[in-house]
Amino acid sequence: MSHTSVAGGMNLLAALVHLGGTGKYISWGVVQISLANLIVIAVMIVMLVAAIVLPFPRHEARRK
Amino acid sequence: MSASAVDTLTVSPEKGTWTGKLRERAVEAFPPDRLLPDRQPAYVASWTYVFGALTIGAFIVVLLSGAVLAVEGPAWWHKSNAGLFVNSVHLWATEFFFLFMVVHLWAKFLIAAWRGPRKATWITGVIAFAISIATAFTGYLSQQNFDSEWISTQAKDGINATGAGAFWNVLNFGQMLMWHIVLLPLIVAILIGLHVLLVRRHGVVPPFAPTEAQLAKAGLSLTTTVTAATSLLVPQELTEPSPQEQPLLQEPLAQEPTSEEPPAQEPLAQEPTSEEPTSEEPLWTLPEDQS
Amino acid sequence: MSATSASDTSGAHRARRFKTDRDVVEWQGDYRRYDIAKEVLISFLVVLVLVVACAIVFSSPDDPPVTVKSWSNAAPVDFAQTAMAELNGTSGVATYGPPYTNTAGASQKLGPISLEHAVGVRIPINTAQDFVLKPLATLPNRPALDAALAEYQGASATQRTKWDAAYKRVVANATFSSGQLVVKGGPYGPVGVLIGNLESMARTGALDGALLATPQLYATNYTNPLLFIADGMYLADQASLRHLQGSQWGMMNETGNFPGQAWLWLYTMWYQVPPMNSSSNGDIEVWAIMMALTLLLALVPFIPGLRSIPRRIGIYRLIWRHHYRSLGPDVLSQMPPGRTPSRR
Repeated sequence: MSHTSVAGGMNLLAALVHLGGTGKYISWGVVQISLANLIVIAVMIVMLVAAIVLPFPRHEARRK
Repeated sequence: MSASAVDTLTVSPEKGTWTGKLRERAVEAFPPDRLLPDRQPAYVASWTYVFGALTIGAFIVVLLSGAVLAVEGPAWWHKSNAGLFVNSVHLWATEFFFLFMVVHLWAKFLIAAWRGPRKATWITGVIAFAISIATAFTGYLSQQNFDSEWISTQAKDGINATGAGAFWNVLNFGQMLMWHIVLLPLIVAILIGLHVLLVRRHGVVPPFAPTEAQLAKAGLSLTTTVTAATSLLVPQELTEPSPQEQPLLQEPLAQEPTSEEPPAQEPLAQEPTSEEPTSEEPLWTLPEDQS
Repeated sequence: MSATSASDTSGAHRARRFKTDRDVVEWQGDYRRYDIAKEVLISFLVVLVLVVACAIVFSSPDDPPVTVKSWSNAAPVDFAQTAMAELNGTSGVATYGPPYTNTAGASQKLGPISLEHAVGVRIPINTAQDFVLKPLATLPNRPALDAALAEYQGASATQRTKWDAAYKRVVANATFSSGQLVVKGGPYGPVGVLIGNLESMARTGALDGALLATPQLYATNYTNPLLFIADGMYLADQASLRHLQGSQWGMMNETGNFPGQAWLWLYTMWYQVPPMNSSSNGDIEVWAIMMALTLLLALVPFIPGLRSIPRRIGIYRLIWRHHYRSLGPDVLSQMPPGRTPSRR
């Protein structure tokens, strides 16, 4: 896609991983979701599951 | 010792002053050890409890990066690599803000964190979520690029349909920018502040009462004896008060089908259970307050 | 912990039965060390590191906007057709209804109620004047244009309608060559001169300025240029290429491969399903649904059934597994009133 101007191109060179350009999308029936958004949602779910499951360092319970 | 720790730190208020009354009520609602606690209930032992603080951490990064953008004005980031970097920080902080907030919402839902006097805590949280969405939206409108152009010309239809578009014009950059950098962050900050104060006031929600199976596992059982007039609860066979170290593998939920839910857990329907028709008294008294 | 914590348990609940999903027995058990200041600081630092890393690695998008100039240069026929629709009052904006125009029947309704209509026109726009005629009048030294403007504005409404219709027919097949709009001849009077001049005004960038200009010099309200641009096909085509159309779940998306607004998933989902996806009242319908769902979420603590879901799902047993494993003799104080397991 060549619609970004020269200035836009220069700005995007500031990235190490180029996320500009044509987006990747995943279709599933009526659902269409970008790969980026899917990753964000997956990260949310993974974080929740990890937070529930991972052991939490506990000190001795002390006074009431 | 008759004087509490709080009294030794504060001076008694002047009689009849508004300030004195306000201070008295504030200190009563938020004694320093509750406002800035250095202890928490023993059951708060899970990573699920960190997401509220992470959300606030992200909010602070959003505010700080936004402040830097404000220093140079809304056109800066289009022309300067430093500006683009700060804009990137602002955008990614927003993504993380919502990411942590959503996980926080899920975690609080899973423990029914609204129980007891915590209804307002839950409600302020939901409102903060909704207002945050509006705040992010005005941010996207303020970008002055293709994204903001498209978002504004599309979103106007939804907002116009409610009648609000006549007053809140998403195509009006000046208006949207001021909502984004002045009004909405203030409202979000106030809501977060209220939300946090409510958590400090009412504490983190305690666990659900243990199920019969969990009590049995702990070597505890309780019996209910019914007399003519009242019921008594008598603890029995408290042979193993200390927990045994168990491997981390938690009891799989599949092994506890809901049919085993003891009558202790609230049934969904409001059935008139074992109604002790004569009972006007509470069925027990709690131990004395131990603060 | 405090006097208030008991209020939800025995005393105040004489008249009110204990409900496990609504009420709670406040904690009487052990406490452990906690450092709230450290937690807040560490949270801030963790997020700062994550965010700065993402900013360095991924940066952020900044696709330049479509201007009237870029639009008319890239798609001159689309521009001319849109300009014609603005002149003869058939464009999207011209027939929008409130808050821009008084077009009858254009407001969205929910049942008998139209909030849009009730609020009325508060951002009045006359597309023929604001998007075409007044900007043209700012151009200096164009006698042919001045004559065409005078002729058009001096004509009767009937005459203007005839000219408009005739030009609309030919501009549908317009072409563009050598920097000029090419349309067939026809009985469209001065309209050809008007649209031709507007086209060249647009291509130089002068129309962007004219649409934005205010008598007070300082302009921060982009309503007119944005509405004009959005009336054309070009902007929508650019949005389709970037997967931003409503039917593409575009509300959630960002240009390129950047994450967008995943939290809008439910809002945009309703636009994809019947009846909202084909309803002329789709916007207000979706808003009503989302307002209701947000209210529902806020009021979960008061809704039996909904508020039981966490206990029924049972994940809380994982979250508090250490607590349940360490039950001690003081468990009695944690049991809700009247709800204790009984032995049969």
